Order: sequence, then C-alpha cells, then structure tokens
Amino acid sequence: MIAFLLKRATNAAFVMLAVALLAFVIFRFFGDPVEMMVNEQATQADRAELRERLGLNDGLITQYGRFVTHAVQGDFGISYRNQQDVMVLIKERFPATFELVLVATVISLVVGIPLGVITAVYRNSRLANALQLGSIVGVSLPSFVVGILLILGFSVTLGWLPGFGRGETVDIGWWSTGFLTPSGRAALILPSISLSTFQVTLVMRLVRAEMLETLRADYIKFARARGVPTARVQWRHALRNCLMPVITLTGMQIGNLIAFALVTETVFQWPGMGMLFIQAVTFVDIPVMAAYLMIVSFIFVALNTLVDITYAWVDPRLRDDTARTGGGNG
Amino acid sequence: MHMRQLLLATAAVAGLAGAAQAENVLKWGANRDIGSLDPYSYGDSFTINVLNHVYEGLVRYNKDLKIEPALAESWEILDDQVTWRFALRKGVTFHDGAPFTADDVVASLERVSDETSPLKGNLPAYVSSRAVDDYTVDITLNGTYPLLLNDLTNIHIFDKEWMTAHDALKPTDIGAGVEGYATYNANGTGPFSVESRQPDAKTVFVKNPNWWDTPQHNLDRIELLPVTSAATRVAALLSGEINFTNDAPVQDLPRLAAAPNVSVLEGVDLRTVMIGFPFRDKLSTGADNPFTDVKVREALYKAIDLDLIHKKVMRGKSRIAGATVAPPIPGYVPALDELPGFDPEAAKALLAEAGVPEGLSFEFSCISDGLVNEEQFCQAIASMWSRVGLAPKLDVAPRAVQSPKRTNGKTDVYILGWATLPMLDAYSPLLQIFHTKEGNAGVFNWGGWSFPELDRLIDAAGSELDLDKRLALETEALGIVKKEHIMLPLHQQPMAWAVTDEVTTMPLFPDNKPRLWFAQVAPGS
Repeated sequence: MIAFLLKRATNAAFVMLAVALLAFVIFRFFGDPVEMMVNEQATQADRAELRERLGLNDGLITQYGRFVTHAVQGDFGISYRNQQDVMVLIKERFPATFELVLVATVISLVVGIPLGVITAVYRNSRLANALQLGSIVGVSLPSFVVGILLILGFSVTLGWLPGFGRGETVDIGWWSTGFLTPSGRAALILPSISLSTFQVTLVMRLVRAEMLETLRADYIKFARARGVPTARVQWRHALRNCLMPVITLTGMQIGNLIAFALVTETVFQWPGMGMLFIQAVTFVDIPVMAAYLMIVSFIFVALNTLVDITYAWVDPRLRDDTARTGGGNG
Repeated sequence: MHMRQLLLATAAVAGLAGAAQAENVLKWGANRDIGSLDPYSYGDSFTINVLNHVYEGLVRYNKDLKIEPALAESWEILDDQVTWRFALRKGVTFHDGAPFTADDVVASLERVSDETSPLKGNLPAYVSSRAVDDYTVDITLNGTYPLLLNDLTNIHIFDKEWMTAHDALKPTDIGAGVEGYATYNANGTGPFSVESRQPDAKTVFVKNPNWWDTPQHNLDRIELLPVTSAATRVAALLSGEINFTNDAPVQDLPRLAAAPNVSVLEGVDLRTVMIGFPFRDKLSTGADNPFTDVKVREALYKAIDLDLIHKKVMRGKSRIAGATVAPPIPGYVPALDELPGFDPEAAKALLAEAGVPEGLSFEFSCISDGLVNEEQFCQAIASMWSRVGLAPKLDVAPRAVQSPKRTNGKTDVYILGWATLPMLDAYSPLLQIFHTKEGNAGVFNWGGWSFPELDRLIDAAGSELDLDKRLALETEALGIVKKEHIMLPLHQQPMAWAVTDEVTTMPLFPDNKPRLWFAQVAPGS
C-alpha cells in the first residue's frame, strides 16, 4: 500500500510540473506584462530596464526553474498589477469561490436527486418528459446566459435579490464568509443557481439512469413481492444503491465547478479566484496566472488521487502489479 | 460563544449600515477595479483617476479642464529658467492629521521619479527638488520646459512622515518581491479618505471633513463597486444597486435612455483614433514597403469613407476628425480639421502613380479590447481598402498581445488612439508619437519615421516658455503631420456615462475621468 501511495504521489507531482511548464509556454502568447505596467510616457529604455528587473528576458527554462523552486516553498511572488503577495491574494479569494461551489453542489444534489428519481419512476409521464426536455435546455444553455436571465428576472424586474457582488461578509480568522449575514446569503442565491444549472441536470440524468437499472434488479422485485410500500422501495432501497456513483461524480466535479466558477464570477462580479484569474489574463499578470493554474490543477490532481486511493483501499487488485498477478486466477 | 459574539458584531454592523442610509451615497459602478491604493506602482490611469479623490497634486484641473492652484498657491520660474519655485498652501492636513509641508512634496516627487517607479515618465523633465522653507519648494528641470504644471496635475502628494514610518518612501518594487504599505493604505489631503477596501468588490471613500477647499459636492460616501460585465452593470443601474457608471455600453444606450429612472450622459472623448504606417524598408511579408511614399498614405486616406464609419459603425456618436488632436486640446486650430474627402477613384489613381502593385498585401493590426468598436471599424476600413485594389490582412488580438508586436515593429499598418493624457496638450502626441524615436521622444513612433523639420519644431515647442509662441509652434508641427499624412485621423470616439435620478449633478469630462468632488446626489440617497 505504501508503494502504491508513493507511486500515486510521484505521478501527481509530475502532472503538476507538466502543468507548470505548459503554463509557462502559453504565457509567451499572452503578451508583454511590461506594456501593461508602465504608462504612455515611459521611454523604451525604462521598459527594457523593467523587463530585465522582472527577469522576463531570461530563457523559458530559467524562468520555469525559478518559478518551480519558489513555488515548492509556497512563494508565488508578487502580483504585477495588485502588488500583493500572490498567495495572500488567492487566500483572500478562495473562500468566496469555495462557498459558491459548496452551495451550488448542495443545490445540485438537493434538486438533482429527487428529479432523477421522479423521471425514472414516472418515466413516459408528461411530467417526466417535461423534466427531461428541461434538462436538455439546462445542459445546453451557457452559464452566462442563465446568469444574465436570472439577474434580469430577480434583480431588475422583481428587485428581490442583488444582481452582483457578495454582500456583507464576516471574517472568521482568514476566512471571510457570506453565510452569516442576510445580504451575504441573498447575494449567494443567484450565482449559485446559475453555477449549478449544469450540475443539476447532470445529477438528475445520472440518478435517472442508475434508477432505471436498479429498479429492474431482483432484490427490488423481491422487496415489492414482500409487500414493502412502493415509495419506500423507490426512495430508500433503490435510491441508496444509486448514490455511490453520484457521490463519486460530485466529488470529481468540484474541481470542474471551481474552474467553471470563472464564468459565473465574471457575470456576478463575485470576488473569487476566477475573477482574479480573468483580470490577471487581461493585464498579463504572470505570477497570478501561474499560481491560479497551479492551485486549480492541484485541486484536480488531489481529488483524482484521493479517489484512486479510496478505490485501491476498497479494491486490493488495483494496488500494484504484484497483487494483480499474484492474486489473479487467470 | 464565539459564534454568538460574531452574530452580535454582525448585527451591530447591520445597524450601522441602517444608520448610513440617511447619508448621501454615490454608488459608482465602474467597469473595473483599481489595482491597489498606491497610484505609483502600476501605470494605470484609472487607478490614478480614482485615487485623485484621496490624494491631490500641487495643481489640478478645474471644471473646464484648466489648470488651477491646489496644494500650491502660486509659482514662478526663477532666473535660471530651469528652476520653478512653488509657494505651498498653508494649513492643509493629511487625513491622519499630519500637517502638509515642503518635505512631503520633495519626498513625493522623489518617490514617483525613483528608478524603480513605473511612472517616472509622468515627470519627464524632473531633475531634483528642494525644500526652501516649510512652505516653499524648488523644482529643478533638465532644461526650459513649459509643461511642468500639466505633469504635476497627476503627481499625487504623500505624507513624508507616514511613508517613513511605514517604509513606503519608494514605490513597490515587484522585482524585489516585497509588498508595500501604500498598497493597502492611503493617506492623502483630498476631499475623500479611504474607509475600507475589498478588492474586486467594494472600496469605500468617506468625506474628508477637514478638506482645505470648500466642497462643491454633497457626498458623504462614495462606494466604488467594480462590475466588469457590461450587461450586469446595466442591470445594476436599472435596479438601482448602483447610481452612477462611467462606462455605459454603447449598445445599451437606447435601453438606458428609455428607462424612467436613468439618464445617459453622452459626449465626445478627447481620444483621437488614428491609423499609423510602417517606414521600414520592407513590410512584414518581405515585400518592398510602399507606405514611405506620401502619395500612398494619401491614397489610403481617400479610400476611407469616414462618413459611413461615423454613421454605421459608430452609430452617429463619434466626431469625424481631420486633425490628430481634438478641438479642446491647446495647439488645435480648425484649419487642421479639414477632411480628405472620400474618393476611391482618386485613391486608385494615386496608387497607380506611386507604382503600388495590384493586390498589395500587408498586416493591419487592431486591438479587440481597445477603442470603441475598434474591431468593427477595422473590418470596415479593410474592406474599403480592398475596393481600391489592396489586400490588407486584418490581425485582431487583445492589447497585451498586440503591444509587443507594435513596439518591436513586427506589424505594418496599425490603429492608435491618443487622448493627450495626462498632459492635455498637443505637445503630448507630437513628442510621444510624431517625433523621431530617440531618448525620451518618439516612444510611440512605432512606424519609425523621421521628419527633421518636424523634430525641430517639436523641440522648439518643448523649451518655449511663452504660451502663444509655443502653441504656434505646435500648430505648425501638426500642420506637417497633416501634410505628410504621417498618421490618418479617423474620429474622436464617443463616451457615455449614466446616472439614476438619485444623482442630481454629474459633470461629464471629455477626458473621460469622473471628478466626484463636483457631484451631487439627492439628499438621503
């Protein structure tokens, strides 16, 4: 098991290094940060000097090496535009993104699971067909369109909810939370609905497929035959057996949601990591872009590694080759 | 228990917010956030504009964009012609209560001119400064230079004691990897002080009750609420979550104007949009460069239907330009604004006369996140040029990508917008764009042209202290620019702000900078 863990950790480290290298190759095409940092009146000599001081004239490998050496020590440098320590910037923004993703995930489960069960149990009914059709709309509508529609409906026309921002927040240590104030909670509603639209339909379709499968299983028939009430069979016995893949999917999707939150954050001016990244791209703020990519890919790699480890723990055959050949019987 | 304390604190904050409702609040939905609270560590004119509410310069622009005394009460040029003596205003205090004196001016000028400062170009002629006594400062320049006051409107004065106490005498040096105190804190003399800041969410400014000037505004608070997405910003204005924006999107203006509670403030920006040419031997394609011939440049000008671009692309909201500076800019005279006249046949004849091969291909570089409708008018111009037998290759990309290509001469024909900021004088484009590239001059001379007669006039204007003589020199220089068609002016672009009916006074400035110390809101907004 230890050998397996080491192997997984090494793989993860290599993935991270590759992501960083790729990032540095791509940054070359983002343009020149110095052009954004100085203003009209700076001379060519001033620009060249600043470029030299920031180490932008060094070769790709030198810049990459310097970035990795500093990054492993947790030092991502200073943002060009904000002149703040990049780790501080990201730490400041992480709670906003995390709370948004958390609420969106909860919405996707609370809404998606019952809808999935309903469409499976009452398949071919008008309601189920309507929900199925609605889910196609949900999958295909881009999230910025959903966002703008929500703002027009609930903020401009009805005036019920704020259309942008995060409301008042309360600091608990370094974590700023919007859960504890009325305006913070109100501000969460529209962006999290917008972010969860895709996720809701995904969960609903997965639950539906799993339920259709499970409802045909023998033990369900036996339960029915024993006279267990239908609702209990469907919502308790069948649904429980469908939830394992849903939980796996939800876990894996958290990485995606953090990455997709970028669009939602831009539409709702949500001061999270995605917003920070978009601005960094506009201003070619290389330290921030690099750190964001590293952190998001770390979240992806960590989630995947965790899932792999859990599976290996559950299923010894996945641990290593010796176990596979030794334990196999053909 | 901890949680309960938090809830109580929250309730207290909510209570305060309730009390604050009776105040006059301007909720400013900007299209982006300021970079930091330090105006001098990043070259961003929007950040400097916003922080001008907190920090002030020795002089400032009044409502008509004329220079008037601010922290300095008067000034004179000493007999050596290169030293300027400023008499400072007495009784001014910084927001932390410290008195404003000559040492603060010297320290601030040193800070912005520091060798690590990305904005040292804002004070190009500066050599040194000296406190003569507590309320007198001498500034020494590298020669006779008429535009020091224009430059000083944008040089904000910091408190020396405050900077010394917090190790902020130098601008934040990103290369050194150390954060600066002034990034998170501000202490100026201006009409407003910073109450709190959450990046990308909200920065709150409150009225400075001890301001030295008599306020023309009636604001108690300004909340700067960046809303990057244009659609969201429009929605926020309609729902009243913001009551002012300095960037009302052109495509939403009819909708905003139709809303009962919103008024749109429209004007023409000072920014002149121009087309520039390469003066190198070869084009980026490797072909011989025909653009060094003035006939070719004139032909390209005659091929453009400026009227059509004005009507269709700019929806009638731009101002067609024949001059490379806008009318309010000193140095402009109406004669410069004469238009070339749209004449594709004449253009073809000129091209033939100059021996330009049919179907000449060249790069035409435009910026996707640059000027108003830049991508659209670039497409229009490219197709107008195609009609006279040229084959422009349109290259559209974000500013960050195009800038290095342009400064390295890797593109052919390009678009440039120039508003003469922060100087507000024709000397700005003459020095930065039209002068031969050498030393401080010609930084934006991307084409690499050189007109000795033009340089002579610009240099003479740059050391002429008599205003009328200087402007005459500048006008003459602009005349050469026009005659030689060095760049082809297209139009001054439109600008639009919008306010809800809570805002009663909001003067629109053609340099597109809000100056909220002139703004008024309905009491209790």
